[in-house]
Amino acid sequence: MRWLAVALALSACADAPAARPLKLWHAYRGGEEQAIERAVARFTEETHVAVEVLSVPYDAFSSKLTSAIPHGAGPDVFIFAHERLRQFHRLKVVAPTTQRLERARYLPSTVEALDVDGELYGYPLSLKTLALFVNTALVTDPPETTDQWLSQLEATSDAERARFGLAYAAGDFYLHAPFVFGFGARLFDDAGRASFDTKGMARSLAFVKALQTRGFMPQEVSGALVKSLFNEGRAAMVISGPWFTGEIDPSVRYRITPLPTVSETGLPLTPFLGVEAALVSSRASRPDDAHRLAEFLSRGEATALRVNPGRQIPAELAAYERPEVVGDEAIAAFRRAAERAVPTPNTLEMAKVWEPMKLALRGVLQGEVSPEAAGALAERRYAALNREQPSGRDRPGATSPWPWLVALAGGLVAFAVRQWRRRGPPVPFARRYPEAARGLAYVAPAAVGIAVLIVVPFSVGISLAFFHHEAGDYTFVGLANFVDILTSKGYRVTEPLSFWFTLAVTIAWTFVNVALHLGIGLGLALLLKDPLLKLRAVYRVVLIVPWAVPNYITALMWKGMFHRQFGAINGLLAALGLEPVSWFTHFSTSFAANVITNTWLGFPFMMVVSLGALQSIPQDLYEAAEVDGASKWTQLRRITLPLLKPALLPSVILGCVWTFNMFNIIYLVSGGEPGGATDILVSEAYRWAFQRNEQYGFAAAYSVLIFFVLLGWTRLTRRLTGPEAA
Amino acid sequence: MKRPGLVTALVHVGLVLACVVALYPVLWVVKLALSPAQALTLSVSPFPEAVTLDHFRDVVGATDSQGRWLFGRQLGASVVVSGLTTVVGLSLAVTAAYALSRFRFPGKDAGMQTLLVTQMFPATLMLVPLFSLLQALGLLDSWAGLVLVYSTSSLPFCVWMLKGYFDTIPRELEEAATMDGASPWQTFVKVVLPLARPALAVTALFSFMTAWNEFILAATLINDAGRFTLPVALQQYVGEWKTEWGHFAAGALLVSAPVMALFFALQRFLVGGLTAGAVKG
Repeated sequence: MRWLAVALALSACADAPAARPLKLWHAYRGGEEQAIERAVARFTEETHVAVEVLSVPYDAFSSKLTSAIPHGAGPDVFIFAHERLRQFHRLKVVAPTTQRLERARYLPSTVEALDVDGELYGYPLSLKTLALFVNTALVTDPPETTDQWLSQLEATSDAERARFGLAYAAGDFYLHAPFVFGFGARLFDDAGRASFDTKGMARSLAFVKALQTRGFMPQEVSGALVKSLFNEGRAAMVISGPWFTGEIDPSVRYRITPLPTVSETGLPLTPFLGVEAALVSSRASRPDDAHRLAEFLSRGEATALRVNPGRQIPAELAAYERPEVVGDEAIAAFRRAAERAVPTPNTLEMAKVWEPMKLALRGVLQGEVSPEAAGALAERRYAALNREQPSGRDRPGATSPWPWLVALAGGLVAFAVRQWRRRGPPVPFARRYPEAARGLAYVAPAAVGIAVLIVVPFSVGISLAFFHHEAGDYTFVGLANFVDILTSKGYRVTEPLSFWFTLAVTIAWTFVNVALHLGIGLGLALLLKDPLLKLRAVYRVVLIVPWAVPNYITALMWKGMFHRQFGAINGLLAALGLEPVSWFTHFSTSFAANVITNTWLGFPFMMVVSLGALQSIPQDLYEAAEVDGASKWTQLRRITLPLLKPALLPSVILGCVWTFNMFNIIYLVSGGEPGGATDILVSEAYRWAFQRNEQYGFAAAYSVLIFFVLLGWTRLTRRLTGPEAA
Repeated sequence: MKRPGLVTALVHVGLVLACVVALYPVLWVVKLALSPAQALTLSVSPFPEAVTLDHFRDVVGATDSQGRWLFGRQLGASVVVSGLTTVVGLSLAVTAAYALSRFRFPGKDAGMQTLLVTQMFPATLMLVPLFSLLQALGLLDSWAGLVLVYSTSSLPFCVWMLKGYFDTIPRELEEAATMDGASPWQTFVKVVLPLARPALAVTALFSFMTAWNEFILAATLINDAGRFTLPVALQQYVGEWKTEWGHFAAGALLVSAPVMALFFALQRFLVGGLTAGAVKG
């Protein structure tokens, strides 16, 4: 069997013109992944071109692509949604398909989605959009208009009995967009700039808010809740996409229809249309084969596989004549829904809309801002995120890096000279450092490693702080990024987006966490100190468990435990007869959730350190104190704590530095909610770098400031506590 | 010093409470992993109502289209990468820490300062330059690249800890060895290192964990599912539209288990190893 495989592989190689296989990357799972792999196998059979397929975790996919392709280390073909197309295009990582693509074979809107400035990129595979899932046992005729819909919702809702007419993830702008368009609002003006403060926007928000206040849909809906409500027959209708069909319990009878039309405006609720396409890399080693593969995946047999087992809604027109597709109601329904949908704009502007809209939407649903005022709120956030390139013209010396470099070199020389002079009377080198050669030889490997792999990349990172980055182009802007950050240009100092606000949150975060780690850790260590304590070993083992769990698992686990409807914490509160808490809608509870998670994760380290430190205190000191009649409390205050200080200080300093930069917890637990208020400096820098159109320069400036804050802080503690600290 | 019974009882109550808090979230993951559903369900009890091993079977049995046993390969990748990281990181750290503890040479103080300072670099922003660097070194898509990056990123902590520990070992022992004719290197390897066992164990554990848990770099640098490390595979259960909670929980337990085992195996060193260095003051 094995030999057969080898022989086949060899013969394939002999036929193929080049030996290196094509590389195809995607982020599919389950049925979709199987479909792609089988389609690729068919491609290899037909063309004898070998293909290596790689499934990348969704979270890492786009950063992997944007780092790999410009370096020529990426795939030949990759599958991605069309929203990011313009960014890929600006980074020059995708090859045009205008001349090759047979437009007439695909649904027109899916081709339109792949258009960037008149050129087409990629081959459309499938589409995703939103439709209404209706439980036919509860609602017989799907609604045509919103008036009809509202009366059905009224009839099927009973908040007292936890029954709802509708459930959908209302806090997500992707799901709110149909309402925005249905109420006649335009997201972009003629100049292509986003506009939020419009009548239609306010009406759409008021409509959705009313759905919630009238008890037609639950509060703070997440995907998990939608699924469970619909499957238990407690939600009559659901707005969702094709992926939802796989989540529905087989016992539920349902229909899928396009979203209803808004009675006031006569416009349909118009969802976004997302198109997944096979994109050919601009750096593909064999462009013809790469195009052949991408086109193959978008057509014929491959489409059939993507429909089944992939459950995709195909972009290829011919697919809709296949018997198995004709009979498939879900696919037909989504095609009808897609005809009403508008392709998500693939502009860079669009990428800047999500965050402001999320802020406005959640503000309205949580009752913190009125639907009329929410547009202005979004507008302000948008303006703040939408940083124009700082103009260098009006700042002298801000157009070329050279004067800065010369000044930097001069500064370094002056510093070195001053250091050298401060040394005082010269001591012969050999007497000063008798073992210099050996010492340096021992240190060299580690020093080289740190220099090459930590200091060099970071220096490069730091130098970016003086540049403005936009889609692959760097412009030198001098200190403009720092000036903008420190003067919190575009927003008030007291807003979550401001550096000073975030700094205050970060300091509070660090202080509270380290205090809790130390307090709990030391407290437990004192309890565990007695060597004769029964079960001591067991306690110790159990109590270090949190330390042994990888921290991203901890973060996701606690995120699940803080879930509004399904979390264990709210379950406990309910069991105690208390009101469940929406953890991530208020600053205080959201901050607390982060702190609880991080405390759980961090106390064992301090406990172990304290245990060691306690053991190092000579026992006879206590015996002497006992003889002198000192109470336990006096012993603790006068002996234990003073003697612990030097042992604990280095750990506390290190703990502060780690907590200050504890990205995983903030990012995965609260995600900065509400509205970025619980973000700390590192997570804010990450957002500027990776979620707000790759503003690397601005993010680098943040990192530099983080670095200086920490450096200043450790200097200060060193001065306060004497030399033993570092 | 006989404690009164009440105090002892209170101590036990406090410790048991702390243990419950420490274990509850973990039990919750165990429950998710053993329950048949793929989703979160509301319940306070950390014990599953129905038990199935399906999630474990799916996670462990994962294969790719060529029939390669992915879990086995990824486990192998994790073991190799983490093992090498430990060896490389520890050898670099031990020599550097020893030199910093014993010898005087120019740049020593600056070196100690730099170590602390490197902990202040926000690592998330180094991805872009690091990628270019590894490409220049020809180490993309290789375990060697990962091992180098991981071992240097855990170095500062390791050096810091080991130096503290070496400071507590009396110099007289080395002087005696030198008198007996041992070379400096022999003294280091045969006298100092065995005495530093607890600290070595702790730093080894730390290096191992750094490599064992990391996934962003691994997912970015490696281009073959058969050579991903386990955390990357785990990350695949968290999708754009839905999270496969059952699979994620089962995978999380499998990934955490070896680290926990190491912790327990090394825990008698933990207390001494972590603190002895610092106690000197």
